Amino acid sequence: MRPLVAERRYAAPGTAPSTGQAYQAQPQQPSAPAQPQVRRDPAPTRMAYRMQRLWLTPLFRVLVRVGIPGFVIALVTLLWLGNDERRAAMLARVDEMREAVENRPEFRVNVLEITGASPSLDAAIRDMLALKLPVSSFDLDLEAARAKIATLDAVENVLVKVGGSGALEVTITERIPALILRRGEELDLLDGKGRRVARILSRADRPDLPLVAGEGASLAADEALMLVAAAGPILPRLRGLVRISERRWDLVLDRGQRILLPAQDPVRALERLLALDKAEDLMNRDVLTMDLRNQQRPTLRLAPAALREMRRSMGLVTVENDL
Amino acid sequence: MTDLYQSQRAMRNMRRAAMQRGVVAILDIGSSKIACLVLRFDGPERRRESDGVGSMAGQSQFRIIGAATTRSRGVRFGEIHVMTETESAIRTAVQAAQKMANVRVDHVIACFSGAEPRSYGLAGDIELQDSVVTEQDVARVLAACDMPDIGQGREVLHAQPVNFALDHRSGLGDPRGQIGNRLACDMHLLSVEASVVQNLLYCIKRCDLELAGIASSAYVSGISSLVEDEQELGAACIDMGGGATGISIFIKKHMIYSDSVRMGGDHITLDIAKGLQVPMAVAERMKTKHGGVHATSMDDREMIEMGGDSGDWEKDRRRVSRTELIGIMRPRVEEILEEARARLDAAGFDHLPSQQIVLTGGASQIPGLDMLAARILGQRVRLGRPLRIQGLPQAVTGPAFSSSVGLCLFATSPQDEWWDFDIPTEKYPARSLKRAFKWFKDNW
Repeated sequence: MRPLVAERRYAAPGTAPSTGQAYQAQPQQPSAPAQPQVRRDPAPTRMAYRMQRLWLTPLFRVLVRVGIPGFVIALVTLLWLGNDERRAAMLARVDEMREAVENRPEFRVNVLEITGASPSLDAAIRDMLALKLPVSSFDLDLEAARAKIATLDAVENVLVKVGGSGALEVTITERIPALILRRGEELDLLDGKGRRVARILSRADRPDLPLVAGEGASLAADEALMLVAAAGPILPRLRGLVRISERRWDLVLDRGQRILLPAQDPVRALERLLALDKAEDLMNRDVLTMDLRNQQRPTLRLAPAALREMRRSMGLVTVENDL
Repeated sequence: MTDLYQSQRAMRNMRRAAMQRGVVAILDIGSSKIACLVLRFDGPERRRESDGVGSMAGQSQFRIIGAATTRSRGVRFGEIHVMTETESAIRTAVQAAQKMANVRVDHVIACFSGAEPRSYGLAGDIELQDSVVTEQDVARVLAACDMPDIGQGREVLHAQPVNFALDHRSGLGDPRGQIGNRLACDMHLLSVEASVVQNLLYCIKRCDLELAGIASSAYVSGISSLVEDEQELGAACIDMGGGATGISIFIKKHMIYSDSVRMGGDHITLDIAKGLQVPMAVAERMKTKHGGVHATSMDDREMIEMGGDSGDWEKDRRRVSRTELIGIMRPRVEEILEEARARLDAAGFDHLPSQQIVLTGGASQIPGLDMLAARILGQRVRLGRPLRIQGLPQAVTGPAFSSSVGLCLFATSPQDEWWDFDIPTEKYPARSLKRAFKWFKDNW
């Protein structure tokens, strides 16, 4: 409803009494006299007022300035990716770019450098890795290569890294063989902890290493090494060590002699025997076995003819029969 | 009564919520202009080590971040006359202020000058149950004031306790914690036409705003234009607005009387328009540019072009001397001032110890008004301007904006009103939940 206010009937071209008045009529256009008079109202319409208030609401502002662009971008991206062809093309392009980067000479591995390995081990590692050089360093799985090399018996520790100048550096710490283990016809090299290192074909390949045999011999390798170290004077006569019943050692000497060591404290028992040998020259006598299993009572077993020979040499003649 | 109590309390809560949010708008709905200020609260002022008193006398906890004024439409005598026009004028002002502040305002505190305010002095006393005065006792004594018959269709706008007396000691500002037997209080109650308030409420609601407070413009312009000692020692503020002239008397920092004369600057303009046969706009311009109340011989020679666009050369070339203009304006100004004098006399202003009168409002800018007012109102008359508050634009520092500025002060530190105190327990409705709880507590 219009307010009951008298409108001005005549436009005032000469004088403009005041501006910004609500009831002031707009100057009529002389060219269009039929145009209805529009009242200039400084007040905002209800809609404009509400829109301005809405726009001044912080949450709404954030929604419009962040939410709508974000939504539009997400929508466009999703629509664009909705097509399988385009997605495949995009993935292909990404792969291409990735390959281009990976194949750059900076990332290329040309040489496999193995340090600290014997020639045979070197060859074994090269065979095992079977690298087709040159290869991109992105395609190398160093962890897997390391695990693979570590499975070799002769390798104690391995370090794999891609060095500068395009070399794959493999640093090996080899196991040092300390014993030879005989199992039937097979001869294996063992390290100080009893781990298998390699196979050898004959005993003569490593005459410097003591030989062990018997079930569970590899588990007590350190004890065997201690015994070997303790058996200094009789070492030239030592043929090998035999593990008996997985609990004690026999020292086998030449001439078929055996030293039966106890399960407990074998080194001490051996030292006592050696002292005895030094005093009594025991080993050179015709003794088959020296049984030290009972600490209180070491026992000797003579060779079958030894006693008779001794008596004979003493001038005693004994009558014996076959019974 | 309880209705009003509830609605005023709701407004108080809304004001508190608005202050919590930090932004509240001030809306001064006058007959000649509608002003909207947007206030931002920065929380309590940070103390500076250099001086004891805070800057701006402690008023710096808020600042004005948006101000807009628009020509008032549809308001006459300080009352809403054409609702839709007023609504769009409010929208204009609020929108411009929001645009300047760049913040959305939801809560608004409004003042208006019309609606025939009437003052009542109320008194009540109670015997204290306990010898120490508690807040509950204050509420009881306020409730003990017997309500005068304010008439049909009228509503309470302000109900402020102005004085407390404990036994024989009177003039207590805050009796809480004091010891005595009998507590008495004086309350000043201002009633207005309910329909005017309802129109205002409706108008503001249509602008999607919530009313967080409502005040009489005579009161708030007194707050802003009377300086502290005038408020303390006693003074009257005459706010000469466009459609109504508000009168408020302050003593001991409380308003004790308020009234309004339904005449103002617009009537002077109307007299000029009628007397000189010119449009209102021309009359307004002549009043503001050449107006005055004291004619001198110089004014006989100063001829004012009236202009006009009637097409009649004789009519459009008319000139009038300034003396004639003054001759038209002066009787009306005298009439307004005499009417104000009559209201002050009726209120017993001449019994007050201090006879200070402060003229403010847009119509107080007429040159020579202070001399004329001194002749009618007494010698102790001065022209008042609102005090400065932080961020107030230069354009709204004039005396026409004293009620807007006063409303800012009212918004930030309102005086205790009757509804700020809880209803005493015995006045609760019989079926109140609280009472039931109390019964349970007492009996179990």
